[in-house]
Amino acid sequence: MIDLESIRLRIEASVAGAQVTLVPNDSPAAQPSLLVEGAHGLAIALFLRDDAELRFDYCSNATGVDWLDTELKVKVKQVVDGVEKEVEQVTKKPGYLETVYHLYSMEKRHGPLILRMRTRNRAGEAKLPSLTSVWRSCEFQEREIYDLYGIEFIGHPDLRRILMWDGFKDHPMRKDYVEPDDYEYEPTPHDEVLEKAKEHYPGS
Amino acid sequence: MDEGLRNELSKQGVFTTTLSDLYNWGRRSSVWPLQFGLACCAIEMIAASMARYDLARFGAEVFRPSPRQADLMIVAGTVTKKMAPQVVRLYNQMPEPKYVIAMGACAISGGPFKQGYNVLKGIDRYIPVDVHIPGCPPRPEALLHAFMTLQRKIDEQAMSGKARPRHLNPDAPSEFPVPQFGEHDLVPPKNEMVWETPVVTRNG
Ligand code: SF4
Repeated sequence: MIDLESIRLRIEASVAGAQVTLVPNDSPAAQPSLLVEGAHGLAIALFLRDDAELRFDYCSNATGVDWLDTELKVKVKQVVDGVEKEVEQVTKKPGYLETVYHLYSMEKRHGPLILRMRTRNRAGEAKLPSLTSVWRSCEFQEREIYDLYGIEFIGHPDLRRILMWDGFKDHPMRKDYVEPDDYEYEPTPHDEVLEKAKEHYPGS
Repeated sequence: MDEGLRNELSKQGVFTTTLSDLYNWGRRSSVWPLQFGLACCAIEMIAASMARYDLARFGAEVFRPSPRQADLMIVAGTVTKKMAPQVVRLYNQMPEPKYVIAMGACAISGGPFKQGYNVLKGIDRYIPVDVHIPGCPPRPEALLHAFMTLQRKIDEQAMSGKARPRHLNPDAPSEFPVPQFGEHDLVPPKNEMVWETPVVTRNG
């Protein structure tokens, strides 16, 4: 078992300016991960691969996650016109896109170490460094993330769509993806499909 | 010719037939399928062609690697939107007379991936299908049954008249438009010439 906290400290000590956050995981999977900033992503990846004790020489999986913009509603007590009232305060948290890398060490036989990077937001600045130069196995998977989530990987040798065709404009795994309206009759529609059925075949 | 007379003659050792029977018997006993598979259903198609199920018993043993030499297309598997234009193009390259068996839930309707963003909701949106086989995957016996159904269809095709098959009708198209990759979907999403969107009519 690798101790994430000590790895976190060692990264911060060895990579200048790097800030690493430990992301706990309360779910049954209980796999905590390390969150690093894109700016130091490449240097940290190199450190994890080349450090004599860690030697994470194999990236088994890279994937993307889409986190939508969220609104946090908190009730706070405020004094309005001399009367104390409960007022709802809404704080908006911008969403982001995230890449997740699963790292293993073949040499030291440990892992997985889960590495996350987050983009600033979901639209204009969806850019992250490519780790293909560190782990060759990331090449196709980063292309897949680019294709399905729209994260642009800086430094990727061949960033093209891989599953969808080149002229395709959308990123189908994003949560706000709108699929083409091609509903056709189905004998037993339910849930979302039922909604579509009502739209396309009103009165049936 | 009268059926009873024919029977009577054959008992005397005189065999009679019609030109169209002979012609169709020759065609249905020598069907050359195109050798390609698209997903898991292809495994069942392969099984059907091997020793245990032995599609060769029905006269279809040579799977051809070139569409120019094939007259049966077995669409075995998921047709993704990225693959659909290639499937239509292969169909266009086959010489007439040609037939299509759509094998499995995916090929006939999109199957388990029907509501997905990248799967065609059935290859019959672009090319005419002669036999549909349901199942996920259909067993090799189902493919054999579909093949026998196709043979029966070939047997019953008249050489002249209104019901004559497409290849004997100079006005019927032998090529079908290949869909283009659009920005959000295939363009057009279906070929209205071969596919009609189902209309639901309810009584009372
Ligand atoms: S119908 Fe089932 S077995 Fe056949 S290709 Fe689709 S998913 Fe695979």
